[in-house]
Amino acid sequence: MDKLPRWADVVLVPLICLIIAFVFCGILIAAIGQSPLQAIWIMIDGSFGSTNGLGYTLYYATNFIFTGLAVSIAFQASLFNIGGEGQATLGGLGVALSCLLIPWPHWSLALLGSLAAGAAFGAAWGFLPAWLQAKRGSHIVITTMMFNFIAYALMNYVLVNLLRPMGSMDPASARFDKAYNLPKLGDILGLVGIPFSSKNPANITFLIAIALAVGVWALLWHTRLGYALRAFGKQEKAALYAGIDPVKITIYALLLSGGISGLMAVNAVQGAAHRLVLNSVEGAGFIGIAVALMGRNHPFGIVIASILFGFLYEGGSQLAMGTTIPREVITVLQALVILFTGALPYMVQKPLEHLFAKFGGAK
Amino acid sequence: MTLMKRLLGASAVLALSAVAALADPAIIYDVGGKNDKSFNQSASEGAQRWATETGGTFKELEMQSEAQREQALRQLAEAGANPIVMTGFAFGDALNAVAPDYPDTKFAIIDTEVDQPNVKSVMFTEDQGSYLAGMMAAMASKTGVVGFIGGMDVPTIRRFGCGYAQGVKAVNADATVIINMTGTDGSAWNNPVKGAEIAKSQISQKADVIYAAAGGTGVGVLQAAADGGILSIGVDDNQNPLHPGQVLTSMVKRVDNAVYEAFKAGADLTPGLTVMDLAAGGVDVAMDDNNAALVTPEMKAAVEDARAKITSGELKVHNYTTDSTCPAATF
Repeated sequence: MDKLPRWADVVLVPLICLIIAFVFCGILIAAIGQSPLQAIWIMIDGSFGSTNGLGYTLYYATNFIFTGLAVSIAFQASLFNIGGEGQATLGGLGVALSCLLIPWPHWSLALLGSLAAGAAFGAAWGFLPAWLQAKRGSHIVITTMMFNFIAYALMNYVLVNLLRPMGSMDPASARFDKAYNLPKLGDILGLVGIPFSSKNPANITFLIAIALAVGVWALLWHTRLGYALRAFGKQEKAALYAGIDPVKITIYALLLSGGISGLMAVNAVQGAAHRLVLNSVEGAGFIGIAVALMGRNHPFGIVIASILFGFLYEGGSQLAMGTTIPREVITVLQALVILFTGALPYMVQKPLEHLFAKFGGAK
Repeated sequence: MTLMKRLLGASAVLALSAVAALADPAIIYDVGGKNDKSFNQSASEGAQRWATETGGTFKELEMQSEAQREQALRQLAEAGANPIVMTGFAFGDALNAVAPDYPDTKFAIIDTEVDQPNVKSVMFTEDQGSYLAGMMAAMASKTGVVGFIGGMDVPTIRRFGCGYAQGVKAVNADATVIINMTGTDGSAWNNPVKGAEIAKSQISQKADVIYAAAGGTGVGVLQAAADGGILSIGVDDNQNPLHPGQVLTSMVKRVDNAVYEAFKAGADLTPGLTVMDLAAGGVDVAMDDNNAALVTPEMKAAVEDARAKITSGELKVHNYTTDSTCPAATF
């Protein structure tokens, strides 16, 4: 049987998946007595129809680009890092400490400081599970998962007992100096004459995330380390035979993965909240796994998948605000889109291959 | 450019038409959701009561993420909702940023203080209500060991625990108060299985009255206490009817009244700080038919005595959140 042409594989399959997902969402919305077309329009218009909505979509997408890249880089080495949540939580602590303790003269330096601190804290949280896997054989799925809970507990302790301003009910740090607020995407686009709303949390970190995606692509396919990571992931014994040290590679992969997860906090903590709250990651670490799978572990695919997830988040909140559809149903709608676009492309691929084969045969 | 303008225009119209009609009140629940069997649910009941009584409609919204808070506040304010009520201290920061941009909209926030000219802040004195609950626990306890199970280890819950411990020690200075928290993430507010597990562990340490201040988790605590043949104390809502004759009392926190009052005042809501304390009926220990047999006349007398003293200011219950210390317990 013939393979699908490249354009069909890349464009047609995801598009059909998306349409099927929307059909099922429509049935569900109709079943609870709401208008499906209106609901889907609210989602699309809310997240892409205005620059403000688009800003929120891109803000969420930025988080997912970081966590998605983090998962995929470890996945290239066949390491399933599901600790992105904890690593990003620790990254948040790093960013907050950098912004609270160091008197930066300018936001750009504060940004560099946050990037360094976020990456360092995230990487450190990835290091221990990596070391345990490499040296002791403790499975990384278990350890990174457990480290998420340790991160929650640590964050709870630090915020309630150390960073919380006296008398505050809110387990959150003080606000960072206003001077450290990152430039909004709207301000940056305004410089080149593109009108874009600044009332949303999308900020310069989005551009950093895009640059990082290019960087990860270059690292994976154009450097020795990237080659070693992929070789180790494909066939550990062959890699060993080729002189690749499994201990080093495991640790490098998790340091990179944890560091990139930690960078997410620059967007969420310094870029949007301007302070550290208890749950600053909000599941983005786990969403990163779905993003990486949907993006087929390729940085370019991850950026696209992140924007789709950003759309689901922002569209979901617009749906909550614009209709009376309950929050639980919105979660189901989001899950349906993830299910069809992420997990079931093969369901569409096979029949399409048949169709294309027939079509090709007739010609 | 024109396309962009048209898109912007279209979405603005849609946003306006989609959100509630002008001047309806709105309520925003925190991430726990409005059916949390506790704090948010109580708020929801207050809003429902207003709707039933006046026949009015209101817009309600549940939060899913942190970034959504400011967005939701702005959208509701721009759509003309007034007043906008929100439950939970987590909105404080966002409200502080949003309120000055909408000087004609009134906001009400529960559980924290936001100092803006168009914001009403409603605070409850959980320490006072918990103090009374603690006194009753100490008087009902035969072993001299009582338990406290919180949701997450956050300042508000320490305030509950600290008031409770003070009440216990006021009756029996030698009593032991076992303090446990359910967890370190949001699921701790809705984990009845873990709540029951901790309750069983406290029972094995001889606790014979357990106070649960843990949202939905408390349902498991009350169940385990009833199964274990000991007494429990409910929170927020009156939970006495859950296990009649086995729940000593409930420390009720009238969030519903706060929401109801705010909705009723409408656009004329008076800004400023309102403290819903024991005197104002904001907090209390629930007495009804379900726990009548458990509450001895001595208990009643002691509670009434303490209530009078707290109301008159003669007895001061220490509030943990003022200085992050507690004279009767360590966290």
